[in-house]
Amino acid sequence: MFVEIEEIAKEFGTGRALHPVSLSIPSGALIALLGPSGSGKTTLLRILAGLEFPTSGRVLFDGRDATGLSVQERRAGFVFQHYALFRHMTIFENVAYGLRARKRRERPTEAEIGRRVNRLLELIQLPDIGARYPGQLSGGQRQRVALARALAIEPRMLLLDEPFGALDARVRKELRQGLREIHDTTGLTTVFVTHDQDEAMELADLVVVMSMGRIEQVGRPADIRARPASDFVRSFTAA
Amino acid sequence: MSDTNLMTRPTPVTTEPRLARHILIGTVVTLIAALLFAPLMAVFAEALRQGWAASFEGLTSPDARAAMRLTLIVAAVVVPLNAVFGIAAAWAITRFDFRGKAFLITLIDLPFSVSPVVAGLALVLLFGANSWLGAWLIDHDLRIVFAFPGILLATLFVTFPFVARELIPVMMEQGRAEEEAALTLGAGGWRIFFTVTLPNIRWALLYGVLLCNARAMGEFGAVAVVSGKIRGETTTMPIMIEMLYNEYLSVAAFSLAAALALLALVTLLLKSLLEWRYADLLAITRRH
Repeated sequence: MFVEIEEIAKEFGTGRALHPVSLSIPSGALIALLGPSGSGKTTLLRILAGLEFPTSGRVLFDGRDATGLSVQERRAGFVFQHYALFRHMTIFENVAYGLRARKRRERPTEAEIGRRVNRLLELIQLPDIGARYPGQLSGGQRQRVALARALAIEPRMLLLDEPFGALDARVRKELRQGLREIHDTTGLTTVFVTHDQDEAMELADLVVVMSMGRIEQVGRPADIRARPASDFVRSFTAA
Repeated sequence: MSDTNLMTRPTPVTTEPRLARHILIGTVVTLIAALLFAPLMAVFAEALRQGWAASFEGLTSPDARAAMRLTLIVAAVVVPLNAVFGIAAAWAITRFDFRGKAFLITLIDLPFSVSPVVAGLALVLLFGANSWLGAWLIDHDLRIVFAFPGILLATLFVTFPFVARELIPVMMEQGRAEEEAALTLGAGGWRIFFTVTLPNIRWALLYGVLLCNARAMGEFGAVAVVSGKIRGETTTMPIMIEMLYNEYLSVAAFSLAAALALLALVTLLLKSLLEWRYADLLAITRRH
């Protein structure tokens, strides 16, 4: 699915989180929204998911206006910064949640749900943790479960908010590779938010550098490194 | 050298010396025994002073039975209502930002800061025969004051904060993330409430409901003002106990008091049982 963001702006009370920004995301791309905290990158991601609504502007999915669509209708797989796993449910139930939440006639049978959940747990290389609770997993395992849960709904795109933010350096590197592989197998349009320029440059096809609610530059990692469009981009990516 | 140093300090650094621990624990146990346990035992002893038969007779008199029935009915109506109101209030306060939120929180606390007697008087002023509204209601054959509805309203007012007060801090701490996650997974409002919100707050809710229930059955001040003390009709257990006591029927009074205390103890026991039964699950889900 390709996504177009047209002149999206967002105001919170008195402040402006996003000045009108526009961006095209090609189908199947892996995009990084890169910027310091307060740059509006998470707000933009949440607007794509339908968790926030823009003050003005439009979002188009495959050329169709999706601005008014509810979160549920958008079917965007979302991985939250601290994963937001359901702490009172087993890992199996966490991953199965999106399938069970479907309308009755679209809901898979119990056997089918079991098959799909197990396949996803294999995809994230944690096949044997179905019976455990989130509180019993390490940070890296939780992150992968959150990814599996988001993938279970057969999403039209994948959105990740600081997916590696709470992890130590070694696990980060592993999981980056894991995300790349999952992106390449599923072919899903994927947008992730990060403040870590290494992560953005290494993982993304296209990097969107943001600052103070504006998009400073959009480009391939090599191009941004070679030809930064502004002083901000130069100083932020040089770090 | 350093090894021997380590060997001489086997206890964790946060532990107090043995003597201090014994004194602290001893003080607490003595206080609990003297201030909580002894008075309760005195009530049961007084109730049984003339034997089980006399005590049983006191409990089975028509007036006492009517009082017990009324108290249980009031609790059975008030507790579910306040559980629903409490969840709704806590949900609104912790999940949405709106004008006047601070005022709403103050309002929820109002029954804690206002004396129950004042609350009862307010109801009499509002719905009594001397008020415009009260006169209109009486004309239409709707009695509020000195009748069941008044007792219900008074109890509702006094017990309103318990559930909301238990839920608000828990829901604040848990935040919106899990509910947002459920939204992105396609769940609707009711499904999210029953599968995500409610399971996460169930212990706080249970605790709030138990406190609310204990207070609903035990409320005296506000109910005393609006009840009118019509024997067998508008006397709840606490009111009946006071009336019996004033009439020097101490065995009957203390028997009823013991029954009221037992009701409270049973709810506490239930809570402990549930906690014990689900201890493993509790430990897992809190450590997140």
